[in-house]
Parts: sequence; C-alpha cells; structure tokens
Amino acid sequence: MEIINLEGTEDTPKIILDKTNKIFEISGRSLPEDSAEFYQPVLDWLSEYANDPLPETIFDFKLEYFNTASSKLILDVLTSLEDIDNVKVHWYFYEEDEDMEEA
Amino acid sequence: MKYIYDMHQMMLKNNIILVYEGEFTQEITKSVLAMAERNMDSIGEESGIKRKVFNVMVECLQNIVKHGEEYISGEKQINTAIFMIGKHQDSYIITSGNPIRDELIDRLKDRLDQINSLDKEGLKALYKDIIKSGSGLTNKGGAGLGFVDMARKSGQKLEYGFESLGDGHSFFSLKTTVPRG
Repeated sequence: MEIINLEGTEDTPKIILDKTNKIFEISGRSLPEDSAEFYQPVLDWLSEYANDPLPETIFDFKLEYFNTASSKLILDVLTSLEDIDNVKVHWYFYEEDEDMEEA
Repeated sequence: MKYIYDMHQMMLKNNIILVYEGEFTQEITKSVLAMAERNMDSIGEESGIKRKVFNVMVECLQNIVKHGEEYISGEKQINTAIFMIGKHQDSYIITSGNPIRDELIDRLKDRLDQINSLDKEGLKALYKDIIKSGSGLTNKGGAGLGFVDMARKSGQKLEYGFESLGDGHSFFSLKTTVPRG
C-alpha cells in the first residue's frame, strides 16, 4: 500500500500512514482552512487499509491542538478505525483537554 | 498626525496588545496567531491559559474567514473586519467585529443566547450532540461548534452586539474573556 507521509505545518498535522513499517500517527496542530478536504485522503487510505489490515494496528494521536472543524473529521477517522479489527488507539493529550475523551 | 497618538493612547488605555483590521484569510489567521503566541511566550504565560487563548482566537478568526460578509456601502466596498486582543491583569479579552447580513441576526442571537444559558455540563452535552449529529460540515466547512468551543474554553459568557450599517447589513461584535490563573 502507498505510504502517506505529510510534514506538519503551523496549521496542519504531521501524518504518517505506513503499513509496511507499521506506523500510524497523526500529530501536531490541526486547523486547516478546509478540514474536510485535508482529511479526505486519510479517510480514503483507511477505507482501503480496512480491506487488508495488519493483525494489529496501533494508531497514535498526539495532537497538540485542533480546531472545531478538525474535531469533526478526527471523529470520522476514529469511527473508521472502529471498523478495523484489532486497532489500538493511543491518544496523547494535554492537560485540561477533555474534548474527544470518548475516543 | 494626532490620530496616531490618539490610537496609541486608546490602545494603552484598553490594554490592547494586538489589533488587526483588514481582509481575513487563513494566511492572515496564521500570522495573527503567531504574533499573539509570541507575545504570550515572551511574558511566560502559563501553558494552559495559552492554549485556551489560542483556541478562542482560532475559532474567532476562522469564523470571520468563513462568515465575514462582503458589504458594499455606496461606492465603497467593505469586506474587512477587526480583531483585537487585550491583556489585562486577570484576563485576556478576545474581540472581533465583522459585517453580516441582517437576516442572520436572529439566528446568531438565538445561538449565542442558547450557549450563554448553559452551564459547563450543558455546553459539554451540546458539543457532543453537535459533533455526533452526523450532519457533516456546513457548506462553509465549519462544524457548527465554534461558539460552543469559545464558551467552553473561556468558561465565561460570550458578549455580543449588533450595529446597523444600513443597506441590509450590520456589524457583529463579539467579546470573549479568558481568565488568567
């Protein structure tokens, strides 16, 4: 499967989706101008991955900050992870950050 | 030349540390955020407060980018808005003002009054309701959560006002207070 590897910027997170090396990570800041457009490739990648996932998938979220428009899309990412067998989500969060605790 | 001095005095009097007037875009949003962040870093602001202020600023700025209305007054086209940050002893004050169409006033008022009527738990429940509603993003690419988030992060009521600009438009002002410590 192709690898998604995006460098983080001041308004978009770093994203690595690499099946070969078993790295699944979204980290940094997420406040893109168009969050739906930004996350679509991630959702597409995951729906393809769901067809033939690894025996175990460990997905790291290390988000320092995300805006409300991103929160909706991040929830979509989490929802699509639910459809994959044996996924572990590691959610790293900062103090007083209660949103998305239902991850 | 007096207006320069007056402006400076006015800013000092109101503890305003940053004003931006003009067109609002994502690029401008990033620059304003970077300046405000640097300012907070330079005085060693506590990280929890910094995050809250940052949060409120992002939602406020992106609201203007998405919803700020172009407004034509006679010959003059006004598509600008204002954004300010005030730093007081006990709080940060994040304010913005932008033209909107008059038809939107009632909806905005209802929304803000609803949010202001809720306590912490009520806001949390509303946030969850909206995010789980599954209706996707609005046509402007927002989640419909900006004001709720601003109220939650600040822990204070959102103050607002409307000034008529004539020609079917009004100037919408919004003020959010983030307590320090």
